[in-house]
Amino acid sequence: MSNVATSGSEKVRPTRTAAFEARLKKRYAAERRFKAVGLGAIVFSIAVLVFLLVTMALNGLGGFQRTELRVPVDFANAPVTIPANAEDERAVVQSLERQGMRDIIIFSAEQALGEEGATHVNSEAWRLVAQEIAADPSLARGQQEFWLPTDEDLASAYAGDGSADLQPLARRLAEEGHLSDNFDSGFLSRSDATDPQLVGIWGALKGSILTMIVTLLLAFPIGVLAALYLEEYAPKNRWTDLIEVSINNLAAVPSIIFGLLGLAVFLWIFPSYRSAPLIGGMTLALMTMPVIVIAGRNAIKAVPPSIRDGALAIGASPVQVVFHHVLPLALPGILTGTIIGMARALGETAPLLLIGMRAFVSSPPDGFTDNATVLPMQIFLWSDEIDRGFVERTSAAIIVLLIFLLLMNGLAIYLRNRFEKKW
Amino acid sequence: MADIADSPLANQANKSLEHENIETGEPKMRARDVDVYYGQKKAIDSVDIDVYTEFVTAFIGPSGCGKSTFLRALNRMNDTIPSARVTGTIELDGEDIYASGMDVVQLRARVGMVFQKPNPFPKSIYDNIAYGPKIHGLAETKPDLDNIVEKSLRRAGLWEEVKDRLADSGTALSGGQQQRLCIARAIAVDPEVILMDEPCSALDPIATAKIEELIDELRGRYGIVIVTHSMQQAARVSQRTAFFHLGNLVEYGHTSDIFTNPVEKRTQDYITGRYG
Amino acid sequence: MSASTLILLVLGLGLAGWLVARSRAAMFRRANGGKRIASLPNYHAWYAALWIVVPTLLFALVWSQIADNLVIQHVLASPAAADLPAFGMQRQTMLTEARAVATGAAPAVFNPAAADLVEPFEEALTRYNIIGMVVTLLIALAGGAWAFLHLKPDFRAHTRVERAVLSLLLIASLVAILTTLGIVASLVFETVRFFGMVNPIDFLTGVNWSPNPMTDGSNPDPERYGAVPLFWGTFFIGVVIAMIVAIPMGMMSAIYLNQYAAPRVRTWLKPALEILAGVPTVVYGYFAALTIAPAIRDIALALGVQNPSSESALAAGLVMGVMIIPFVSSMADDSIAAVPQAMKDGSLAMGATQNETIKRVLVPAALPGIVAGIMLAISRAIGETMIVVMAASATARLSANPLEAMTTVTYQIVANLTGEASMDSASTLAAFALGFVLFLVTLVLNIIALRIVKRFREAYE
Repeated sequence: MSNVATSGSEKVRPTRTAAFEARLKKRYAAERRFKAVGLGAIVFSIAVLVFLLVTMALNGLGGFQRTELRVPVDFANAPVTIPANAEDERAVVQSLERQGMRDIIIFSAEQALGEEGATHVNSEAWRLVAQEIAADPSLARGQQEFWLPTDEDLASAYAGDGSADLQPLARRLAEEGHLSDNFDSGFLSRSDATDPQLVGIWGALKGSILTMIVTLLLAFPIGVLAALYLEEYAPKNRWTDLIEVSINNLAAVPSIIFGLLGLAVFLWIFPSYRSAPLIGGMTLALMTMPVIVIAGRNAIKAVPPSIRDGALAIGASPVQVVFHHVLPLALPGILTGTIIGMARALGETAPLLLIGMRAFVSSPPDGFTDNATVLPMQIFLWSDEIDRGFVERTSAAIIVLLIFLLLMNGLAIYLRNRFEKKW
Repeated sequence: MADIADSPLANQANKSLEHENIETGEPKMRARDVDVYYGQKKAIDSVDIDVYTEFVTAFIGPSGCGKSTFLRALNRMNDTIPSARVTGTIELDGEDIYASGMDVVQLRARVGMVFQKPNPFPKSIYDNIAYGPKIHGLAETKPDLDNIVEKSLRRAGLWEEVKDRLADSGTALSGGQQQRLCIARAIAVDPEVILMDEPCSALDPIATAKIEELIDELRGRYGIVIVTHSMQQAARVSQRTAFFHLGNLVEYGHTSDIFTNPVEKRTQDYITGRYG
Repeated sequence: MSASTLILLVLGLGLAGWLVARSRAAMFRRANGGKRIASLPNYHAWYAALWIVVPTLLFALVWSQIADNLVIQHVLASPAAADLPAFGMQRQTMLTEARAVATGAAPAVFNPAAADLVEPFEEALTRYNIIGMVVTLLIALAGGAWAFLHLKPDFRAHTRVERAVLSLLLIASLVAILTTLGIVASLVFETVRFFGMVNPIDFLTGVNWSPNPMTDGSNPDPERYGAVPLFWGTFFIGVVIAMIVAIPMGMMSAIYLNQYAAPRVRTWLKPALEILAGVPTVVYGYFAALTIAPAIRDIALALGVQNPSSESALAAGLVMGVMIIPFVSSMADDSIAAVPQAMKDGSLAMGATQNETIKRVLVPAALPGIVAGIMLAISRAIGETMIVVMAASATARLSANPLEAMTTVTYQIVANLTGEASMDSASTLAAFALGFVLFLVTLVLNIIALRIVKRFREAYE
């Protein structure tokens, strides 16, 4: 085999034998299997993600719709007057209620849908009509047509489940063109309710926004300043080590522990602010701060020492070096970390559950100390409801939450790609 | 195994060849018109070279001249760099190693490599040596494997130093010992050629001397190609020297000729320290 | 006077001080014939502003805490308060009501008896508001004057300001320690109270968990507070089932991404995995409860299992495992990427195939980092709350059958803290004791893992 002149007496090299080549085939098969398993693992993960998103999307699309009945109302036969001096919607609605709006709607529904159909018009439907009239008084003249929400029973019968007794009625109304699923724009502007036909997520969304504002205002400055201290000024000693260990540990402590802290400390100091965005925001800020510190330190560490040396060499003080040179260069990285931390806080439920942000909030909170709930908490609360209609509403709320998270993460990725510098 | 490691036969037979003509015998590896590209950049330009089992071949030249790049082309380690591309032919025993029929795993088992920085695996000394035989299935029984490990360590001159602590981590050895461990690891699969990429650059002079001694002992059994920064080292260990400059092979011949009587002016300038 | 007006007032005073000091420093400069003064005017300005804002804010902080008490005392001292019930809810309600009317938060009192209190309240509020305002102004003036007297052309205002900035930075970094201390203190405090009612040995070794928030009060039956089934459920769901999914999937994903995927594929797959990590846990919980748990139950029924639970440990564990995949994957990815290329080259140059190199060299070399990542993943899994709250069960059960219902530590924390029990009842305090155990376990896991990671990084740097 070997051509080497001096090794004629030598045996064949072990790497040139037939056994080696036979084994090689097996090794390549193992290689292909291994690679396939790796690809399989990724595909599995992505598939679960896609399955989850598709399930939510399919369910959730229904959640943006509402089953409604078309009811013509003839105000010529049942004249109502809109008080001229009514200063707000509330007064108009109250006046219309006194004028028998409820009966007008029931009567019109009986005319259009028959007696059985009329019983399935949502009991709050008259209020919606009254609100529409308050917004546009011209609606209260002559023959008008309104799409009114059904009650929950008819809605589920129309969706094909629920009680079988109602399904013939639903079919009949649908064939007559009186019953259909319509896009429910009010879902984004209403608040929580006990009837899935009437719920909305604006209350929870506003609660989330208020909570996130508190979180950001607390966590961002504290996080950035702490990161600056640890990275630029901290002496190497036991205290610094302790701070470092604390921060790294806090970043990995289960979120529910922060809920216990909030319950035991914040609610002990401010007992009257249970369910308030202020307390929720403070609790989440403690959770987000370590994330910002860690991201901030990495971003600051990435600023090359030559920039600091250059600034120091022209006589800048250490504080000027940091605030004029290091911080601006590290800012994109810090912002990226902050957005990711805020996204995590936005999706967080467990600690808020413990500090009582699970109230039934039927009108959006007006300030940081009002009773409020947040988007993920609303999802959790609705998921506990037995009504079929809430399943779709829950998925729709999840879609809204995921869209917000996607936007935030997208922004973080954009920032990272746009400003990521390699020195 | 002692008979092989200690046999003076091979060495003496080779010593006598040292002054023979360069064209005698069949070369173990033959490179013809080899270009290596990194992306658009041409790192090696049309190199022809022959490697003989009987001689140690040294590649010398200033940094960035392409000598390491060319070395890595000899066992297709350049494949691990996505942008690298090799044209021309490199043959091992007359087979083109870049041909589609050539298996890269088998090629690398036949053409071993020792790196600039010792890179023992984070395993025991024993497992470092046994790694190659195990993956290639060269030992059927545990005693076989023990045998190979001992033989390889003996050939690398490391056996006496480590025989009592084979279970210790390979990374716990000194730099020079680590490098000999890496050589022993390469020997364990009984390759035909061993490529060494500046094997002593990270070592102190005493460890360097030991490695050089080892290289001399291994000559004849394995074709050895060594890239070196040090001209003295090239002069000490090699019988053939190739001088690379800016991706070109400037001159290739007997080591003694290159150092005492170079043909090219560039070689002479480098040897005498005009640049480098 | 509300907190926000007070803060606005303080900031306004600070701004005034800032402007005055700045113009004063600029005057020095002009007087100096435009020559340099020791510090820039801005530093003088900040120096004055700090002297005004910091002491007044400190005072405002203290005042907001004591003013309430002072007001209440004043009201109680008034003759109208003599008729108040001595203790209890009603007394509290009446005070709150009267206060709400006095501050204008409510239009009228609901309880007529409280009406008499409105006037004393108004009186007290006005008086202490004026006192607070005057003291605030005095402190601000004193601070401003003090600072102003120091402003001289050769005054090094910038060193003072920078020292203040540095202390601010230090205080910010101490928040982390304070948080940790706050967690430990609140958990320890409540846990000790709990152990006063239930022997810690009973708690840690008992196998029966059935607290009753209604009857347990402050004298519970220790037999009902055995937490072993909770620890087992947590371990079985978070460590056994979840890790059986997460470790192989996460490891193989990391290996594929790091070693096999083309760079372009990698740039798409990696963010996709990150999305998986970014999905809120409440969504996973909903997914587990709505989709996975019924599916598992149906499959089990089809396989002939008797009475499979619709809240099986398997459903929660599987979904938790999926949630952890990206976590394990990114830690493993980082660890493998940290192994020097030389090591990989060494193996490839021996003629090892890619998977031999990965299995025998890269993974063993990266093992410390991978192990640390798995420990952090476990720490996250056992602390995960929403998935188990939504998909696991309230039943404490010691069982190794994944199709049975089990409960976890986090589930019970939530269950016992969101019920009707009062803050002092044993079941509430038990939740804190469970939280303390959870905190200690995750703390140990985190610290060991972080230390391993640190060593591992140092080894390859």
